Amino acid sequence: MQAVRQLGAGVLNMLQGLGRSSLFLFNTLARTPPLLLRFKLVNQQIYSIGVLTFFIIALASFFVGMVLALQGINTLQRFGAEESVGLLVALSLVRELGPVVTALLFAGRAGTALTAEIGLMKSTEQLTAIEMMAIDPVARIVAPRLLGGFISMPILAMAFSVIGVAGGYLVAVGLMGVDAGAFWSQMQAGTEFGTDILSGIIKSIVFGFVVTWIAVFQGYDCVPTPEGVSRATNRTVVYSSLAVLMLDFIITALTLNSL
Amino acid sequence: MQKKGLELMVGLFVLAGLLALAALALRIGNLGGVSVSDGYTVTARFDNIGGLKVRSPVKLGGVLIGRVTDIGLDEDDFRALVTMRLAREYNQLPADSSVAVNTAGLLGEQYLNMEPGGDDEVLKDGDEITITQSALVLEDLIGKFMFNKADEEADK
Amino acid sequence: MPQTDDNLIDVRDLQFGYGERPILSSVNVQIKRGNVVSIMGPSGCGKTTLMRLISGQVRPQQGSVTVDGLSVPELSGGELLNLRKRMGVLLQSGALLTDLNVYENVAFPLREHTRLSEELIRKIVLLKLQAVGLRGARHLMPSDLSGGMARRVALARAVVLDPVLVLYDEPFSGLDPIGKGIAAKLIREMNDALGLTSVLISHDVAETCEISDYIYLLGDGTVMGHGTPEELMASQEPLVQQFMNALPDGPVPFHYPARPYIEDLLGVAV
Repeated sequence: MQAVRQLGAGVLNMLQGLGRSSLFLFNTLARTPPLLLRFKLVNQQIYSIGVLTFFIIALASFFVGMVLALQGINTLQRFGAEESVGLLVALSLVRELGPVVTALLFAGRAGTALTAEIGLMKSTEQLTAIEMMAIDPVARIVAPRLLGGFISMPILAMAFSVIGVAGGYLVAVGLMGVDAGAFWSQMQAGTEFGTDILSGIIKSIVFGFVVTWIAVFQGYDCVPTPEGVSRATNRTVVYSSLAVLMLDFIITALTLNSL
Repeated sequence: MQKKGLELMVGLFVLAGLLALAALALRIGNLGGVSVSDGYTVTARFDNIGGLKVRSPVKLGGVLIGRVTDIGLDEDDFRALVTMRLAREYNQLPADSSVAVNTAGLLGEQYLNMEPGGDDEVLKDGDEITITQSALVLEDLIGKFMFNKADEEADK
Repeated sequence: MPQTDDNLIDVRDLQFGYGERPILSSVNVQIKRGNVVSIMGPSGCGKTTLMRLISGQVRPQQGSVTVDGLSVPELSGGELLNLRKRMGVLLQSGALLTDLNVYENVAFPLREHTRLSEELIRKIVLLKLQAVGLRGARHLMPSDLSGGMARRVALARAVVLDPVLVLYDEPFSGLDPIGKGIAAKLIREMNDALGLTSVLISHDVAETCEISDYIYLLGDGTVMGHGTPEELMASQEPLVQQFMNALPDGPVPFHYPARPYIEDLLGVAV
């Protein structure tokens, strides 16, 4: 009985959170258009969300690309098809790993920073102070961050794919002696811009939107104490990782079906 | 000064994004290759198309000249009806060209291979290619081979 | 007290509570223009809530809150924003924006609400920083400031739009004696020099009495006494006596309500 009651409470709680966050998103989006006139604010956020994440993304993608090439050659050799490694690396990165790994790293690096920043502003009364100065904290603080994350994420994901391919090239051509021409030609013959690459970009846009949304909402909604901020940060990572992986499946299913 | 540095970094970041997009489109993908979106459409009927898919390449002498845009079934004669779009720059193909479902390598993907004919007329939008050759189905081949072998054994 | 235009703030028969728990009931507070008025009382008596009601952060369940002739609970979002532009608020911690330096913090309301030239903004900001004695600290970040300095920067920011009213939430808490002295002097000087009306929420008796024209003493969610500092000091009201003289026990009990100690010790009837 107790367990059933707890289950009910949990579900109600979750629905309530979903409602609150949707309302919050709606409110924030409604306050976004005026930002286009004050793009400096968004610039600042693109810097702290995107530029500062770029290095991690670049490093991670380089290694992911190299590992993909190593594993790929190892397996493809059995079929005498190691020339296809370029295609394998490119397709894995462009379709899946680029958007997904970028989104996970993005949640870990930029998402947590966003939640902690906004949570801290709330717990140190900075948001109240802004409100008391007759400034809307959602418009001034949250909206630029949402927009900044929304813009940064696809750029990061595309960079991830390209740098990853470069890493794969280094291993396959430089280390394992795959023919450079075959590496590129197989890749180009098999990778479609309209489907493979575009679906990856769509994924990265959706992921960027969802992760930033979760991050700013958790920050804004947190209990304004040090403990509350740390819990909110934790939730940002957990929720956005789960959301990214679930959405990845849904988007993949949708795009593959429509082919 | 500090603000200028920030703007510069953001500018570089966005530029990196644009470069990445260009690299994805041109270097990794094949957007720079043949563009079939403004080409012309021809159809062909096959008894069996094997593993041919929408977006499979159409090649002539190994050069990509178009892509399969639609695969359907002709309700009248129950043959596969393949629609393909060919790039505009290849609009001088003879009308009696033939097309075959080929396989790239032993296990590779399947594509349409076009053999040019000798007609003075050229293929136009909406035309049908009448001379077609179906896909080789590996199982049939093996089956035939075994059957022949068995016959040879029996003849001895 | 008759209502006149002299009163910038007029709170009548105010009642407020979170959920079932009443926090304020039948509160009447009138604050004259140009005065420094303090609202004092023991912790948890609803002082900060009263301030939130005046600034329109929360709405009363009953009664009226009038600021400068406007009924605060009935204002629309835009009107409330307009009122707040004429109202400076100094929060307990100062609440400076941590990613901006001192100069930018003070300039923040100007940049958000006005289209003044950079030159003019600079003049106004330096003027206000000079008034709080921190013109030399304008390049520091909030993390480099002591508590007292942060509070002074926040004060400069609160008055940068030249408000008619400044609300101070616990301006003395957590400051050393020098800091308290500076804060008290600044509040009084700012009030007189800029022609403001100041409302202090505080429980520091000495500093508050020194600078206030009038004091309201809250207790148990209602006004327990009011008058000039001298009148309150001389009051015979037990709670007023207890608070003003910092006595440990009195109408505000030392013990949280509990059953008799002997019962707990003997463990009877758990």
